[in-house]
Amino acid sequence: MKSALSQLSFARPRTLEEALTLLRDEPLVPIAGATDLYVGLNFGTLKAQRFLDITRLEELRGISVTGDRLVIGAGTTYTTIMHSASVRAHWPILADAASQVGGVQIQNRGTLGGNVANASPAGDTLPVLAVADAILQLRSAQSQRAVPFNSFYTGYRQTVLRPDELIVSIELPMVEGKQWFRKVGTRAAQAISKLVMAAVRTEAPRIALGSVAPTPLRLRRTEAALAGGSSIEDAIGVLQTEITPIDDLRSSEAYRRAVAGNLLRRFWAS
Amino acid sequence: MRLTLNGAVTDVEAAPGRRLLDVLREECGLTGTKEGCGEGECGACTVLMNGQLVVSCLVPFAQAEGAEIRTIEGVGDHALQQHFMSEAGAQCGICTPGMVMTASTLSRDATLEDIRIALAGNLCRCTGYEAIYRAIQRARAATSA
Amino acid sequence: MSVVGTSVARKDGIGKATGAAKYADDLSIPGMLFGRTVRSTIPCGRVKRIRYDFDTTGFTIVDRRDIPLDGRNVVALIEDDQPFLVERDVRHVAEPIVLLAHADREKLLAADVIIEYEVEPPVFDPEASTESLKTLTIDKGHLDAGFAQADVIVEGTYRTGHQEHVYIEPNGVIAVPEDGGIAIFGSIQCPFYVVKALKSLLGPKAHVRVVQTETGGGFGGKEEYPSMIAGHATLLALKAGLPVKIVYDRTEDMIATTKRHPSIVRHRTGVKRDGTLVAMDVEVILDGGAYITLSPVVLSRGCIHAAGPYRCDNVRIRGRAMLTNTPPNGAFRGFGAPQTIFAIEAHMDRIAEALGVDPVTIRERNALVPGDTTATGQRLTADCSALPVLREAVERTDFRRKREALRGTNRGIGLSLFYHGSGFTGSGELRLASKAALELTDHGVRILVSSTEIGQGTRTMHAQIVAETLGIPYEDVDVAQPDTTLVPDSGPTVASRTCMVVGRILQRCAEDLKRRLGDLTPAEYYRAHGPFTIVREHEPPGWIQWDDETYTGDAYATYAWGCDVVEVELDADTCEVRPLHLTAVQEVGKAIHPALARGQIEGGSAQGIGYAIVEHVAMRDGVMANASLTNYTIPTTLDTPAMDIVLLENPYEDGPFGAKGLGELPMDGPAPAVINALRHLGVDLSEIPATPERVMSACGSR
Ligand SMILES: Cc1cc2nc3c(=O)[nH]c(=O)nc-3n(C[C@H](O)[C@H](O)[C@H](O)COP(=O)(O)OP(=O)(O)OC[C@H]3O[C@@H](n4cnc5c(N)ncnc54)[C@H](O)[C@@H]3O)c2cc1C
Ligand code: FES
Ligand code: FES
Repeated sequence: MKSALSQLSFARPRTLEEALTLLRDEPLVPIAGATDLYVGLNFGTLKAQRFLDITRLEELRGISVTGDRLVIGAGTTYTTIMHSASVRAHWPILADAASQVGGVQIQNRGTLGGNVANASPAGDTLPVLAVADAILQLRSAQSQRAVPFNSFYTGYRQTVLRPDELIVSIELPMVEGKQWFRKVGTRAAQAISKLVMAAVRTEAPRIALGSVAPTPLRLRRTEAALAGGSSIEDAIGVLQTEITPIDDLRSSEAYRRAVAGNLLRRFWAS
Repeated sequence: MRLTLNGAVTDVEAAPGRRLLDVLREECGLTGTKEGCGEGECGACTVLMNGQLVVSCLVPFAQAEGAEIRTIEGVGDHALQQHFMSEAGAQCGICTPGMVMTASTLSRDATLEDIRIALAGNLCRCTGYEAIYRAIQRARAATSA
Repeated sequence: MSVVGTSVARKDGIGKATGAAKYADDLSIPGMLFGRTVRSTIPCGRVKRIRYDFDTTGFTIVDRRDIPLDGRNVVALIEDDQPFLVERDVRHVAEPIVLLAHADREKLLAADVIIEYEVEPPVFDPEASTESLKTLTIDKGHLDAGFAQADVIVEGTYRTGHQEHVYIEPNGVIAVPEDGGIAIFGSIQCPFYVVKALKSLLGPKAHVRVVQTETGGGFGGKEEYPSMIAGHATLLALKAGLPVKIVYDRTEDMIATTKRHPSIVRHRTGVKRDGTLVAMDVEVILDGGAYITLSPVVLSRGCIHAAGPYRCDNVRIRGRAMLTNTPPNGAFRGFGAPQTIFAIEAHMDRIAEALGVDPVTIRERNALVPGDTTATGQRLTADCSALPVLREAVERTDFRRKREALRGTNRGIGLSLFYHGSGFTGSGELRLASKAALELTDHGVRILVSSTEIGQGTRTMHAQIVAETLGIPYEDVDVAQPDTTLVPDSGPTVASRTCMVVGRILQRCAEDLKRRLGDLTPAEYYRAHGPFTIVREHEPPGWIQWDDETYTGDAYATYAWGCDVVEVELDADTCEVRPLHLTAVQEVGKAIHPALARGQIEGGSAQGIGYAIVEHVAMRDGVMANASLTNYTIPTTLDTPAMDIVLLENPYEDGPFGAKGLGELPMDGPAPAVINALRHLGVDLSEIPATPERVMSACGSR
C-alpha cells in the first residue's frame, strides 16, 4: 500500500440529490465498489484524497425493463447483473461479460457504472454496451443528460463526464438477433483482457472490440462491409484499418490484430 | 464507527479511508485475514460483508459502517476447517483463511465445476488446488449426510 | 501400529484452517518501528549523492556507514560478493542503498530520498555478457567418437524465462534488539543461513538468534533472500534500539527478490537409426543476475541433470552462469533442473520426430536402468525407476492410442521423463554435517531441528518418522519451532533433503533413544530420569565418491523419478493453450505421508504448468515491468488441469523407511510435457512460457 489512507475523507450521502449537491460544491471523486480506485491507491498511482461514496444511493441500484429498454443502475454489481433474469433474457452477453470479470469477490463489489467511468479500454462490459448502442444517463445538481455510450469516450481514459456529474443509469435498447461475446484474457479466470469482442447478428451487424484502441471501439466500417455483402476476408481487411492496437505488458499488436480477425471470422460463422 | 463483527456489535475507531483489511488486523486483532497482494487478486484477505464475499484490501473502512463483517475467526464452519486439515488442503496455510471463507458460501450440492468457479478469485501457490477441492467436497458430503 | 505411510493429521493443520497460525506480519511488538528499503533505480552505475528531502524527525536512517566496525558489508553465502547496502557501485535496479524506519508507516512511505547517479551502460543479455559467475564441464567418453557412430544428428536450442515464486506471503522479518545483539523473527526457509549472514554483518562474536515464524510458502524464494532483509531490519533495529518490522509489499517483493534463472540450452545429439543415443553435446547458459549468490550451485544441478535420465556413453555438458545487470536470480524449486530437463525433454521429442518413432519408443530405448551410468559416471543401483514410471504413465493414460486418436483435433498429448537428485550435490551433504536432536518431554519427545515447515509438511513427516521408530503414538511427538539458539543446525531446508537426510538423522536419534529407554515409554523415562536429549550428525553413505574438479562421480545419493503426461487443448482463434489433464507418475522411494506427498506433486505440477503456459516475467531495462499479481499471472483454479497422481515406491536404502527427496521432482516435468503436447499438435515451439503470442508466431511460421 503506497498511499496515505488515513488522510482520505469520505462523504457518505444517502440520497442522489444530496450526493449531487456535494459534488457541485466541492471536487470529490465518486467511489463505488472501489475495485479500481483502491488498486490505484495501493500502487500509489491515484492521488485523490476526497471521495464521495455512492454505495448508499438506492437510486443507482437495480435493473428494470422500461419500454424497449433494459435499464441498469450505475451502482449495480456484476453479481446482480449476471443473475438477473431480465439481463439474461435481453442482453445475455452482458451477463456473460459480468460473469467473466475478476472472481466472485470482485463481482460482488465492482459496478457497471464503475467499469464505464473507469474508462479502461480493456473494460469487459464496454464492447457489450457499444454494440447495444447504450445510453448513459448523467446527472448533476443542475442538469440531466442522456449521452450515447458510443460518444462517451473522447480519448485514452478521457470521457465527457463532468466533475459534478454522476452516471445514474445505463440503458440498453433491446435488439433482435444473435448475440456473441468473447473475452481473451491473460489466463482462464481473474484476468485482464488482451482483447474482448461483442457482436450482434442483425441485418446490420454490430461489432465492438476492447483493448485494440485507446477507447472501446465500435467497428462501423467493418459492420458496413459485412452488411453490404463483403466477404469475411475483405471485412477482416477493413477491421484491420479500424483498429490501432499496441504492444503492452499483456500482449502485442500483432497478436491482437490476428485474433481480432479470427474472432470476427468466428462470429460471422456462428 | 459501529459494525457487527463476527456477530457482535462493535465500535471501532479508525480513519475512514483505511482498508478494512488493516482495520481488522491492526485495530481488531483479527490477524487470520491475510494480505497477499493488496490489489484484489489473491483473495487471501477475503471476508464476508453483509453475507457477500469481498476482498478486504479493496474495501474502505468507511463502507463497512453498519455492515455485518465475518472473518475466519468467526466463520464457524468447523467441518470445513477440519477437512482442510485432514485432506492437507492447507500447506503453507497463508491462502487458507480466504479459501475457507469462500468455500463457506458454497452450497451443499456444489459440483466440482461450481467449486472451481467459486474459488477462481483465491490464489493458492502450494496445493495446485486439488486437495482444496477434496477438502470442500468431503466437508460438504459429511454435513449433508 | 504403523504411522509411516498413513495420512495423519498435519501438526499445523488446524491453526492454519482457523487463522490462528501466526505469520511474521501477524506479530506486533510494543514500540516496534516499520522499516523501508530505498533502492536503486538504475541498473548499472555509481551513487554520487544522497539527499534526504523530508523532515527526518522520528526517523532512523541507515546507510553503509552504519555497518558495525567488526562486521562486513557482505551477505555471506557462497562467495562474499553481494553487499547489504550499496557501497558505491550499483549493479542492478532495486539494489538496497538506504534504510529508513519510523513508527508511522505513512510517514515512512512519504519520505523522499533523492539519489543521484553516474550511469553506466548495463548488460542484460547473458550471451553478450563477458563476466561469468561460474563455468563447469562434465565430460564422459569421447564425443567425436560418439558422433562418428551416429546416423542422425539433431540440434536444438531451448529457452526458458524467469519465474517468480509468488509465495502468497511476501518476504518479511522483525528484528528485535536482544542481549546486545539481535533476534530475528521471520518468514525464513534456512534460519542458519541468516545466522551466518548476520554474523558477517555484525562480527563473529555478536549475539544472533533467528526464529522462524509460520511461513506462507517459500519454494526456494526464502532460501537466501531473507538474509538480506534480516540484515536490513537488524541495522535499523540496532541503530534505533527498537524492534523493526520489514514486510515487503507484493511489488517490492517481485522487483527486488530472486527468481528462477532464465536459461538457454543448446543440444547437439548423435543418434543411431534404431534410436540409441551415441553422443550428447550440451551447452547450458544461465542468466545469473548481478551477483554470484547461489548461481554456481544452480548451474551445477542444472548441468548434472542436463543429459536427462538417459544412457549415453559420450557426453559433454558445458555450463556457464553469466553476470547481467538484473537482480540476482536464485533458488527456486528444482534449482536449475527444470530448465535443463525442459531442454532435453523437448529435444527428445524432436529426436523421435527426426527418426520417425514415437516419444515413448525413443525414451524406452535410452532410459537409464540399474547398472547404467549417468553423465557424471554415477552407476545406478536398484532404486533407479526410469522405465517403471514411463511404463506406468504410458499405460495409465493409454498414451499411444490417445496420441493417434487425437490426431487432427485441437487437442494434443505429450509426455516427459525426468529425475531429480535428492539432497546436496556430491560431497555437499558430508560438508554440511547436519545435526538433529530429540529431547524427552513429560508426555513424549520433542524434535529439535532447524528444518523449517514452509507448507511441505516437515513437522508432520518428521514426527511420523520418530513416532514409528520409537513405537509411540504420533500425538506424543512434538516439534520445536526452529530457534537457532535451541535447535541444532540441520542444514538448509532445500534440495529435497528434509525428509531423506534430516528425517534419516532423526530416525537414527530415535533408534538410539529407543535402546536407551529399554522398556519405558519416553514419558516414563523422563519421570524416572529427568530431561535427556540425544543429538546425531548425518552420516552420508560411505560409497559416495565425488570429484568437484572433474565433475565426476556420485552426484547424488539417490534420485526420484517421474513421468508426466499432459493433454492440452489449443484454441485455433486465439492460440490459448489450456491444460486439460495431467497424469504424474512419480517414484519417491517411500511416501511417509501419502496425502502430503501427493500434495507436493499436485502443487509442484501446478507451478510447472504455470511455468509452461502463463507465467511470464516481462523484464524491461533490467526491472520486472509486470511486478503485480494482476500482470504476472499464476494459475487459478480454472488454469490448472485435472490431475491424476500416482505414487510409486522403490526404496532408497539409506533413506528413512526408504524415502527419497520428492519436493522438487514435480516441478521438472510439466513444462516439457506441455511443449511436447503442442508439438503433437504441430506447433514447433522451443521456448516457455508458451504464451498465445508465441504459439501464434510458431503457428504462423509453420
Ligand atoms: C482483481 C480484479 C479483477 C478485475 N477484473 C476485471 C475484469 O476481468 N474485467 C474488467 O472489466 N474489470 C476488471 N476489474 C476492474 C474493476 O472491477 C471494474 O472496472 C469495476 O467495474 C469498477 O467498478 P467499481 O464500482 O469498483 O469502481 P470504483 O473503483 O469505485 O470506481 C472506478 C471509477 O469509476 C468512477 N465511478 C464509479 N461509479 C461512478 C458513477 N456512478 N458515476 C461516475 N463515476 C463513477 C470512480 O470515480 C472511479 O474513477 C478488476 C479489478 C480487480 C481488482
Ligand atoms: S490481499 Fe486482498 S486480494 Fe490479495
Ligand atoms: S497453502 Fe500455501 S498458498 Fe495455499
